[in-house]
Amino acid sequence: MESPVEIVQHTAGGVIGASWLMIAFPLLGAFILLVFNRFTNRWGHLLGVAMSLASFVVAVLAFFELLGLGEEQRRQAVHLYEFIPGMVDMGLLIDPLSISFALLITGVGSLIHIYSIGYMAHDEHRRRFFSYLNLFVSAMLLLVLADNYVGLFIGWEGVGLASYLLIGFWQFKPSAATAAKKAFVVNRVGDFGLLVGMFIMWTTFGTLTFSQLGEEVGKGASNGTLTAIGLLLLLGACGKSAQLPLQSWLLDAMEGPTPVSALIHAATMVTAGVYLVVRSGAFFFPEGSAQALAVAIVGAATLLAGAIIGCAKDDIKKGLAGSTMSQIGYMMLGAGLGPAGYAFAIGHLITHGFFKADMFLGAGSVMHGMNDEVDMRKYGGLRKYMPLTFVTFIVGYLAIIGFPLLSGYFTKDGIIETAVHHQPVLGWLAVLGAGITGFYMSRMVFMTFFGQKRWAENAHPHESPAVMTLPLIILSIGSIFLGGYLILSNTLMDFLAPAVGAPEVRPEFHPFTTPGLATLALVAVGAAYAWMKYGKAEVPAVQPRGSFLTTFARRDLYGDAINESLFMRPGQWLTRLAVFFDNRGVDGVVNGLAAGIGGSSGRLRRLQTGFARTYALSILIGAALLTGALLLVGTI
Amino acid sequence: MTTHYLILSGLLFAIGALGVLVRRNAIVVFMCVELMLNACNLAFVTFARQVGNLEGQIIAFFVMVVAAAEVVVGLAIIVTIFRTRRSASVDDANLLKY
Repeated sequence: MESPVEIVQHTAGGVIGASWLMIAFPLLGAFILLVFNRFTNRWGHLLGVAMSLASFVVAVLAFFELLGLGEEQRRQAVHLYEFIPGMVDMGLLIDPLSISFALLITGVGSLIHIYSIGYMAHDEHRRRFFSYLNLFVSAMLLLVLADNYVGLFIGWEGVGLASYLLIGFWQFKPSAATAAKKAFVVNRVGDFGLLVGMFIMWTTFGTLTFSQLGEEVGKGASNGTLTAIGLLLLLGACGKSAQLPLQSWLLDAMEGPTPVSALIHAATMVTAGVYLVVRSGAFFFPEGSAQALAVAIVGAATLLAGAIIGCAKDDIKKGLAGSTMSQIGYMMLGAGLGPAGYAFAIGHLITHGFFKADMFLGAGSVMHGMNDEVDMRKYGGLRKYMPLTFVTFIVGYLAIIGFPLLSGYFTKDGIIETAVHHQPVLGWLAVLGAGITGFYMSRMVFMTFFGQKRWAENAHPHESPAVMTLPLIILSIGSIFLGGYLILSNTLMDFLAPAVGAPEVRPEFHPFTTPGLATLALVAVGAAYAWMKYGKAEVPAVQPRGSFLTTFARRDLYGDAINESLFMRPGQWLTRLAVFFDNRGVDGVVNGLAAGIGGSSGRLRRLQTGFARTYALSILIGAALLTGALLLVGTI
Repeated sequence: MTTHYLILSGLLFAIGALGVLVRRNAIVVFMCVELMLNACNLAFVTFARQVGNLEGQIIAFFVMVVAAAEVVVGLAIIVTIFRTRRSASVDDANLLKY
């Protein structure tokens, strides 16, 4: 394996030196929109789009400046300021990996900003929506651009906050508020892993900067430490990327507005886990080590789980969410294979960012025309009424099922081929997953755009305005060509090599391999089965009861039930026990003491009879006793 | 030599105390209190004479002064209570209680 090149300190100015502007623009946008809130209502959305576009321009310029440098110069560390004196210097790392992410985030992000102008046009809180979107873009860029784990973590929490705010954007809906809370809580579990991983890094290696960590790990570290750090980072990645066992929040997160689902819960934030694993490659070395294997297994398990869930969902957004889980599972699987899989994982991440955002926005466009109906059983035959949405959705659909020569075909095939080569069992599971993908995505397309109309009475489907369809068109163009461009001549692998290393054997693209053909055959079978069930046959307007397996998938593989019985119930018992102890134990002592004093004083005050002669008698007795005592003492 | 005086003083004090405890009429109770005070005075004077100095005599004067003041205040209270409640019984004035 060729190891990554050294990180060099950036000295000259140029766009790379000013790359902090990428983070600053959207942050400024969010600041202005939040501070001057209703004064910016009229033009707030335009400012949001402008800030996101400005970030994109900086990213493109930095990208070209990086391309202009020699390969051994392509990891530029830009020092910004001393963050925690003697501990952490805040800086940015501009290298092929981070700039790829920056381009994806700002590019797809800007398109989704533009789309949101149309989608949120009738929402009175559109300005607030754009401020959160800008906040998200800023935090996500900090996450991928920071040159140390502290900066990464701040960005990591920032995107978590933005995700929370945006899932709960319509917080007047109890379901949205609950979903936001759930996402936040589940993510805390992952953050705990990331934090503890950082603690171990700090105590073991004394630094949290990527470049220094790389050197320190290179000098030698015990396998146990590396495994511990690797597994903890994986836990963090699982939380953010909705991988098993922390997958439960993603489906509920679809309560947020659709552009949020497209940007945060499909294209960018949920892929942060993949970024974390690839960026922390030093801890997942050598390939085949326990922690790397764990990443691959988590990926394979999630890609199947997500696909199975996707098969049974009637809510178009939840179906897409299951598919997102599944596709990130593919990326994780690729990332668990070491440098051989990194390029394909990142490649799939980028193409997925395009075709999944395309489909989510397409679903949003359908909802926009159908009075926000999300139940696919109430769609049907929409292709004639929304031609542009239909065509772009079909492009995304063909890309995700891996239709030959579209984006998803190249990147997913790369992951499957590499997986079959390195981890045959997981690789063949991925092939199976691709077949299921063919089924559930076809089901979605047939239920939505083909077949009979099953609309609600008051539905008047219409094509969305240009401000919404234009991003769809651009995204679908990316969904067609990007994969081939990145993978065919190893463009992405060579570009990423300085950052993540390259495998010893350069993969060559062969169209006709056993796993590749098996994948295509399974996808065809899946699509054909979907056509039989949902295209040709009539789709029942009411959800049929379904078999055991269907119920299993509808209930998200009982993920919530498991969480509930394993964590929520014992937690409730614990709190009940604490409440019981507090009420009976602590309160008992305090109340008992007070009651005792109150009761005895109640009895004591009966001595105050109000009869002066009684008092006189007690005075006399007291005086007699006192005198007696004095006499007694005197005689001794 | 002074034993008889002290016995008289003790008797007077006991009579006074008994009067305070058993009589209900506030005026009588009051007079019994005076009787107790004067029993004390007698004891003071007796001891002063026995020891041979003046301190006991002086204390007796103090007690008289205090008793006089007390009579002024006490009688005023008794008269006021009698005016409002038509009763001079100490047992009737029993509102100030638990």
